[in-house]
Amino acid sequence: MAGLDDLYREIILDHYRSPRNRGELAVPPAQRAEGFNPLCGDEIVVYVEVQSDRVADVKIGGQGCSISQASASMMSAAVKGRTVLEARAVIRAFKALMSIHEHRLDADLPEDGDGDSEDAPPVALGDLEALQGVVRFPVRIKCATLAWNTLAQGLDEAAS
Amino acid sequence: MSTSTATTPWDASLIKVDFPILGQTVHDRRLVFLDSAASSQKPDAVIKAMSGYYKTTHANVHRGVYAMAEQATNLYEGARAKVAAFVGAGHSREIIFTKNATESLNLVAKSWGHANLRAGDAVVLSEIEHHANLVPWLMLKDELGIELRYLALGDDGHLDLDDLDRLVDGAKLVSVTAMSNVLGTLPPVRRIADAAHAQGALMVVDASQYVPHLATEVLALGADFVAFTGHKMLGPTGIGVLWGRSELLDAMPPFLGGGDMICDVRLDGYTPNELPWKFEAGTPPIAEAVGLGAAVDYLDALGMGAVRQHEVEITGYALATLADRFGDTITVYGPADPAERGGVISFSLADVHPHDISQVLDQSGVCIRAGHHCAKPLMRRLGVGATARASFYIYNDHADVDALADGLDATTRFFA
Repeated sequence: MAGLDDLYREIILDHYRSPRNRGELAVPPAQRAEGFNPLCGDEIVVYVEVQSDRVADVKIGGQGCSISQASASMMSAAVKGRTVLEARAVIRAFKALMSIHEHRLDADLPEDGDGDSEDAPPVALGDLEALQGVVRFPVRIKCATLAWNTLAQGLDEAAS
Repeated sequence: MSTSTATTPWDASLIKVDFPILGQTVHDRRLVFLDSAASSQKPDAVIKAMSGYYKTTHANVHRGVYAMAEQATNLYEGARAKVAAFVGAGHSREIIFTKNATESLNLVAKSWGHANLRAGDAVVLSEIEHHANLVPWLMLKDELGIELRYLALGDDGHLDLDDLDRLVDGAKLVSVTAMSNVLGTLPPVRRIADAAHAQGALMVVDASQYVPHLATEVLALGADFVAFTGHKMLGPTGIGVLWGRSELLDAMPPFLGGGDMICDVRLDGYTPNELPWKFEAGTPPIAEAVGLGAAVDYLDALGMGAVRQHEVEITGYALATLADRFGDTITVYGPADPAERGGVISFSLADVHPHDISQVLDQSGVCIRAGHHCAKPLMRRLGVGATARASFYIYNDHADVDALADGLDATTRFFA
């Protein structure tokens, strides 16, 4: 059985209690994107300012549970200052972290097959890997990915 | 005023044994089910009635000539008669079986609404409605251009009725809940109905949370239509009920079209069936009706007065326990007096998000709901994104409330 400590790692609680990059940015030049989790009512607002193909600044608004807030906080720290391409790679890697483990949920059994790692994230996720415990609580995966989907939406809108 | 000194009419541990699911463990802990406002558990009597029907009597209804088909029809129609008697309907033909209360409310909005409402006509709702009693009317607003007006929630957890006469003035229809699924608020339906009728408006009552918990007499409520659902009153999912006054139902166009709802079909038209089948297109939820009939028998045997008495008692105990143990760190929404509310307690605990509360409680085997409870406008009115909600039914006892409080203790320690 997955315990609470698998879900609520200390670093997650730290980001929840002291969220990084909370606030707003002027729109424009920043892009504002909203995300909703219709299941639980969580709402997130991601402000992303892109300058010269670089994520110059990110701010997070809205309200949500510890997982969604911590994930948003860690995301903001992970993408701020990176190029848009790098930021998108981090988004992909994070979502892969969530879905790869989702596929393995069937059992805590040894890997079947060849144990290939072709889906391994192309970028190091660092602290974000603390969130991988979330995949053992499938209903919470949407909490963890809410900010990321909203950032992706913001980057798409900034590019268009 | 009723307080925690109220007595409970039964030993809930004797009721629990009728519910097989409650004998289970979750995470090696006793299952403590406090989410009956979302869906109640089912007694053995309901489960056995449904499996017995499938094992011995299943055939499609209203069709076959053979004995078993006739028996199936009798069981289905017998369940309708039980439900009619349970809510004080004048006649079984006024009981329409639907999929759920949501479909019942959509039936009224689509059938009566499209036949009777025009651009600019006013429909009165309230701020505390479930999405099921908001979205069908919002759809009519988009489709027909009707005007929606809302009874406001007062800070005491009751509807503010100071504006009632002004709001219903000139309205064509009023549709309100008889019990809030978030706050437990019990709006004075009769008073609202009388005000509506004085203006010539019809009164629709969303009784999804009311019928399972309080003795219901549809005529005494002053309603023209009453919607409720089977799965919150010990019955199965997949069956809901619409009661309506027969002269209104008779005058309304059909809702869904297909088999069973017709008298005759020609290549150039059709003639609808009589009530109630006019509104029951296609093969109905037969086994579900049988299960709902068994649920009604179970509740009748307990007595709805006793059901309510038990809930007032346990709600009072829960409100007192939460106040005692969590003081200022807990915010409980809704009316303060357990005698003036249902057994639904929505709360915020310190600044712990409801999702996190529910997650920690789950580790103790305690099931509560966390979220917006399909009432997002009410969440905005309360100034929160979501709440945690514990709700009680006949099988809950003080030990369940204590398990909730212990779990909340663990939650506050974890997130301190």
